[in-house]
Amino acid sequence: MRGGEARGEAPALVLEGVHKSFGEEEVLKGIDLIVEPHEVVCLIGASGSGKSTLLKCVNLTEPVDSGRIVVDGEEITAPGVNVNRVRQKIGIVFQAFNLFPHMTVIQNITLAPREVLKKSRKEAEGRALELLERFGLLDKRDEYPDRLSGGQQQRVAIVRALAMRPSVMLLDEVTSALDPELVAEVLGVIRELAGEGMTMLIATHEMGFARDIASRVCFLDEGRILEQGPPEKIFSSPENPRTRRFLQRIIAAGRL
Amino acid sequence: MTTRGTGPADSLEPSPGRGSKMLGGQAVLVSSVSTILFFAVIALVAVLAPGSEIVAERFFDPFHLKQSLLGTESEPSVAGAFLLNVYIFTISEVLILILALIIAVVRGIPGPVFFPFRMVAIAYTDLFRGIPLILVLYIIGFGVPGLGLAGVSYLSDVTYGIIALVLVYSAYVAEVYRAGIESVHVSQNAAARSLGLSRWQSLRFVVLPQAVRRVIPPLLNDFIGLQKDTALVSVLGSIEAVRAAQIYGASQFNYASYVVAALLFVLITIPLARLTDRLIARDKRRRQAGAVA
Ligand SMILES: Nc1ncnc2c1ncn2[C@@H]1O[C@H](COP(=O)(O)OP(=O)(O)O)[C@@H](O)[C@H]1O
Ligand SMILES: [Mg+2]
Repeated sequence: MRGGEARGEAPALVLEGVHKSFGEEEVLKGIDLIVEPHEVVCLIGASGSGKSTLLKCVNLTEPVDSGRIVVDGEEITAPGVNVNRVRQKIGIVFQAFNLFPHMTVIQNITLAPREVLKKSRKEAEGRALELLERFGLLDKRDEYPDRLSGGQQQRVAIVRALAMRPSVMLLDEVTSALDPELVAEVLGVIRELAGEGMTMLIATHEMGFARDIASRVCFLDEGRILEQGPPEKIFSSPENPRTRRFLQRIIAAGRL
Repeated sequence: MTTRGTGPADSLEPSPGRGSKMLGGQAVLVSSVSTILFFAVIALVAVLAPGSEIVAERFFDPFHLKQSLLGTESEPSVAGAFLLNVYIFTISEVLILILALIIAVVRGIPGPVFFPFRMVAIAYTDLFRGIPLILVLYIIGFGVPGLGLAGVSYLSDVTYGIIALVLVYSAYVAEVYRAGIESVHVSQNAAARSLGLSRWQSLRFVVLPQAVRRVIPPLLNDFIGLQKDTALVSVLGSIEAVRAAQIYGASQFNYASYVVAALLFVLITIPLARLTDRLIARDKRRRQAGAVA
């Protein structure tokens, strides 16, 4: 478990008793979670269990009702925190890519570094080209997003987040909108990031991938983390009966 | 599964010649014959109609057409006066584009602090879309000078005309902008904000560029209306094309000057109209291409 090696370093991400409701419906019912630097934590659980909401709370897209979230030692849920500055440290990639359709690939990637980090055009493009090259997208630099396949678009979206040099990456079912044959290229990128030691919190339906890549798997059920542990343990001998039932359904559906 | 962007890149290209196929050799022939017949019938009706000679003399007399276009010692040239329309139109258009954008943006700023600003923007659009332009012209052009206020009460008639046009048209154009802004999916703003862009930066770099692109056709449409409405500024006493035509008609008892003015308006409207058509067609092609992918 890679996370265990990070002795002495402060946790990359801490959630303490995070509650979140939408109207009457309580979606997160007290989430406690610690992600160590370089750890890859996969969130699994049925649709509607609160995975996306959890990631949105960490990104401050949704305000939490109670509880604390600490990133790199700084409490981001404290009142008066500069939301824009916090978000620079947290990269998030969505299921629906959300590239800016009126900008080329390179413009998509360099917008935030230039406007938010105030990097020069040269510097921002240098970094962008480096990332594009690494992920095999260099020849797409001047294309508009609608000229790219879904897999390429999602890889560009990941590169766009990486260009801000975030300390944590949040990925929300980044392969769910892709045709099956395009899933592998995106998972390959994530695998490479994990290999480099990027700290990641990943909501996913790809159980095989989670088993493969995760240093830890958390099973989310109705807004609670019911069980967590190393993937070998969760996938082969889960303790909680609900985890077991969830995995049985997944296996029955042929997805593990 | 996925709804967009996963098809091979070349499927996004509109198939070439889709339009020209419709106008093959035989189709061109048919459309030519039908065009000639159509206009021949109209010409025949016009010539055979009782009083057609009087019409020809009063409206289409070549001498008067030319003389009203160029003007005489005592009557202003319609063409020269038309330059005033072009001037009013050009200045107004630039000011409208800016003012309307400000109103549309203010109307969209969330948060309780901005409530009064939103109210002002809403009241503004309600008010100026409701009042007939000619009334606004009277109120501004005759009312404001009557106030005797230093700075605003001693401007030229043309300036009051421009102010009235800008006030009324900005209300319409602000709504056009607003529709464009609201047509940009919220996920675009969410993606921009998640990268650390401020609300203003997201608006400026992500939302507005997409919004404006989408509303260019309806925007041009409004400007065609504006071009014509510059004629109303004449109620304040400015001698623009319509007023000049009126002066000519009244003293020469001939209406060729009106025809000249009409042709001048049509002449500057056509390029805008064709540009609008082209942009709409381009948009439609894009949307179809998107649906295919
Ligand atoms: N913006 C929202 N407004 C109201 N309800 C929401 C909103 N977002 C999510 N929910 C509800 O919260 C629950 C959890 O959703 P979500 O976090 O998207 O789950 P998951 O990602 O695990 O499928 C669902 O019941 C969903 O309907
Ligand atoms: Mg989700």
